[in-house]
Amino acid sequence: MNSLPVWLVVLPLAAALLAVVMPARSAWIGVLAGIATFLVAIGMAWQVAETGTLIHALGGWDPGLGIALRADPLSAALLVMSTLVALASGWYATGYFTDKDQQARFWPLWLLLLSALHAMLLSADLFNLYVTLELLGLSAVALAALGGGRAAVAAALRYLTVGLIGSLAFLAGVALIYARYGSLDMLFLARVIGPEPATWLALGLMTAGLLLKSALFPLHFWLPPAHANAPAPVSAALSALVVKAAVYLMIRLWLDLFAPAVSPDLAWLLGLLGAAAVLWGSWQALRAQRLKLLAAYSTVAQLGYLFIFFPLLMALPAGAARETAFGGLVLMALTHGFAKSALFLAAGVIQQRAGHDRIEELGGTARALPVTTFTVALAGIALIGLPPSGAFLAKWQLLSSAIAVGQWLWVPVVAVGSLIAAAYVFRVLGYAFGPGEGARKALSDGREELPALLLASVATAVLGLGAAAVWQFLAPMALLPGAS
Amino acid sequence: MMPFTETLYALVGVGLFALGLRGALLRRSLLGRVLSINVCGAGVFLLLIAIAYQGPGVPPDALPHALVLTGIVVAVSATALALALGRRLREADHE
Amino acid sequence: MNMEFWLPALIVLSSLLPGLVIFLLREEQHRFRTTLNLVGAMVKLLLVGLMIWGVFHERVFETRWTLAPGLDLVLHADELSVLFVTLSTLLWLVTTVYAIGYLENTPHRSRFFGFFSLCVTATVGLALAGNLFTFVIFYEMLTLATYPLVAHKGTPEAVRGARIYLSYTLGGGMLLLVGAIWLQTIAGPLDFSQGGILGDIEGLDPAALSWIFLLLITGLGVKAALVPLHGWLPQAMVAPAPVSALLHAVAVVKAGAFGIVRIVYDVYGVEFADSLNLLLPLGVVAAVTIIYGSVRALSQDHLKKRLAYSTISQVSYIALGTAIVGPVATVGGLVHLVHQGLMKITLFFAAGNYAETLGIHKVSEMNGVGRRMPGTTLAFTIGALGMIGIPPVAGFVSKWFLGVGAIEAGAAAWIMPVLIASSLLNAAYFLPILYRAWFRDAEPGSAAMSPRKGSLETHAFLLWPPVATAALALAAGLFAAAPYSPLEWAEIIAVREYRE
Repeated sequence: MNSLPVWLVVLPLAAALLAVVMPARSAWIGVLAGIATFLVAIGMAWQVAETGTLIHALGGWDPGLGIALRADPLSAALLVMSTLVALASGWYATGYFTDKDQQARFWPLWLLLLSALHAMLLSADLFNLYVTLELLGLSAVALAALGGGRAAVAAALRYLTVGLIGSLAFLAGVALIYARYGSLDMLFLARVIGPEPATWLALGLMTAGLLLKSALFPLHFWLPPAHANAPAPVSAALSALVVKAAVYLMIRLWLDLFAPAVSPDLAWLLGLLGAAAVLWGSWQALRAQRLKLLAAYSTVAQLGYLFIFFPLLMALPAGAARETAFGGLVLMALTHGFAKSALFLAAGVIQQRAGHDRIEELGGTARALPVTTFTVALAGIALIGLPPSGAFLAKWQLLSSAIAVGQWLWVPVVAVGSLIAAAYVFRVLGYAFGPGEGARKALSDGREELPALLLASVATAVLGLGAAAVWQFLAPMALLPGAS
Repeated sequence: MMPFTETLYALVGVGLFALGLRGALLRRSLLGRVLSINVCGAGVFLLLIAIAYQGPGVPPDALPHALVLTGIVVAVSATALALALGRRLREADHE
Repeated sequence: MNMEFWLPALIVLSSLLPGLVIFLLREEQHRFRTTLNLVGAMVKLLLVGLMIWGVFHERVFETRWTLAPGLDLVLHADELSVLFVTLSTLLWLVTTVYAIGYLENTPHRSRFFGFFSLCVTATVGLALAGNLFTFVIFYEMLTLATYPLVAHKGTPEAVRGARIYLSYTLGGGMLLLVGAIWLQTIAGPLDFSQGGILGDIEGLDPAALSWIFLLLITGLGVKAALVPLHGWLPQAMVAPAPVSALLHAVAVVKAGAFGIVRIVYDVYGVEFADSLNLLLPLGVVAAVTIIYGSVRALSQDHLKKRLAYSTISQVSYIALGTAIVGPVATVGGLVHLVHQGLMKITLFFAAGNYAETLGIHKVSEMNGVGRRMPGTTLAFTIGALGMIGIPPVAGFVSKWFLGVGAIEAGAAAWIMPVLIASSLLNAAYFLPILYRAWFRDAEPGSAAMSPRKGSLETHAFLLWPPVATAALALAAGLFAAAPYSPLEWAEIIAVREYRE
């Protein structure tokens, strides 16, 4: 059943087309597609755990001219996360959009975004990566502008411009790789890439493009307005999934494909930028007046943590220590995906019930919306990195690796970042438990609050207690020189 | 050593990319930025075309051409989206 | 059902599960909530009894769950964990009864008891923690569970006090975490072992170990209220009396002190720590805290604040005990863990009674209170006498052992003055209270003159807990030589911690 990867791409795509044709039923189509893709992703992950990396050549054509889809443990883990986040966010979205027109426009774009995302996570061909990157970007921009207000459209426009520049840089890099090696198939290239000027230039261009798309400091300026002004389910997907996709590509390129060619010094630069992102993003989140803006800046900070892993992974010798650190990186990405989407969905509930999301006026929310407040607390615990969230274990591994290789700089950065995160999370909770009216409109049904709660529980309980499974799942991956 | 024509095309492509990038970053009007990005794109396409060249009399490599065609399609769609959003922004500003 | 594996986990779950259910209860379901609370406490007590019996008979109880490569969650029952678990469980039961009475007819009780249960879960978890990783996890969970309790009243002062509490404890938690990670990175995953384990590992850099010690002790010292990290404790007095009682006697402050004991004895090993010259600074900080706390207590008119500073002072006896090398001093420090818990909780219960029944918050208002509330004041008296160190209340036993231990270790020159000064200061701030309560007449029109509402001086649930804990404090002192007494238990532990 090697065709499971194909289903992951085709299902949402077909559903998107169906949703265009049958707008009245689009919500149903969307949710059903979400459930189906989630089940397929689980099935595929199961298969990967049993038999190892799955490779599927589309149409039976061999890679070289044809395009291959590849599902290895990293992709499979991220796909399980994506499909679950998408399912929960989609479920929430059915209740969020009250306007029939908006609903009809939302679902095709949403399903297209998912299809592009899945295709990207499964791509084993460089040009395919470019195409899916563009698709992802375009659908994300369209979704971000869906809210309609001036702020949202302006932010979406900036997102688009930045995204296009990034993609073009990426494409230039792809072109150079083809010029030098004559192939775009990643499986083939992994064997032949070596450290030379052409490779470095290509890697530099692709990295520049991806750094723009992953909002690494100082190229993060487009993210907060875009994520804060988008509709809640869209923000959830943007922060948890779209941005993560760019980081995934960075991991793929630096640690897998271009591994023989990367230099530890450049990795240091990534780490430093990541550290700056952690501190700057956390600080701005603390100063934010609106809940969604806080969440957006928090994303900037959390992605910074992911980049700090890069110099550590380069410095660790091949073996158990590096595997442990890599597992920490993936666990951090997974936990953030769940926690951030939960936070945005909860913010959506609050915004719809209270009419606004200004933090200082959130008084009474705990009484009016206890489930949502609990969700915010759970998600916050995962963002701070306190036990029992998966992020706690990931941070432990991060700091442990940093101390082990003597890169002490990251220790105070992570410590301070976590403390500032605690400050902004508890600031929100403090206001929520304070006196006030809370929700002006009563909850029509609890259905709205459950998806967020589900996601937050995964981040803080499931991933915390079951984290060992993540490491076991990722064990077969061989990364960086010396490992294969 | 690459033949002169190929190098020229490639260099022009790089130059266009740089020019477009400068425009995209510095221009203030939306239309200017969108056009600059298209120039960027043209630069990359030119680079690809140069890569496709395999020598006099030899048919060019088809794969980069396919990449260019795909890239053009993407660029057109993206431009359309950008202009549509720009229009929406203009309407919102005039309200 | 493999008891050896499940018993520690069950003890933790016996308060976690009721707690989670309580969150979902509506405010009006108070009978169900009360039943759940008390049943959970009883079950836990039963399980702990089982554990005591088992440990006494050399059975090994351990729950182990791998969370990540090299990071195992370990719940392990050794004599020290049993000591702390028993104290926590017993005092939780008593405090639950007290809290039910204290919070009658106040809002948000489901929330309160839910977090209350989580707080005990975390305390029991860290008591049973079998390695530093597990300890850190429950330590942080304790912070998260106690914050809402401190902020419970919802007033601006409560929120502010809670925020200060949170900043201190999260900061301390971060230091502890960094220290723990550093230690594990250089020494590998270590389970707590009696007698310490770091001394046996080759090739560890003493400078690194000293820095790690500093980080760990500072992180723990925030909760243990070592000077100058004690600033949060007086602020946290805005919490309702049951919370203050629990925080001071059992949960937060004791957790910090317990952690220090674990680090010195079961990670470093007391002789190894001494060889690295780490114990002298610890002893000095403890001594300074002892004196400072008592001096500040003198000037406090607010009763709970006076007790808060008294706690700051008294808990450092435990740290002092760990800093003196010698089994007798160890016994003194360890047994004070239990004794101080019993005495201090009595004092806080009594303070809560005065506030709740008579509206008295200040020492200056306490004239004649003994006549109006004899049971409470008797309990208070026993607790206070124990604090001063007057036999036969338990506090005397701990101080005796500390003093003898200091002499044996040759550190008498500076430790004896500290102990004596501390007792004198304790007398100076407790005896006037007792004098006022018993021997001064209540001013006409003062709160102490207000009549009784029923046959008892106050609500039954508020009266019996302090009486019970006072009796226990007395019994722990009178019957210190009996088998199964805290002193006996502490002696067993102390013997195991020394190599020779």
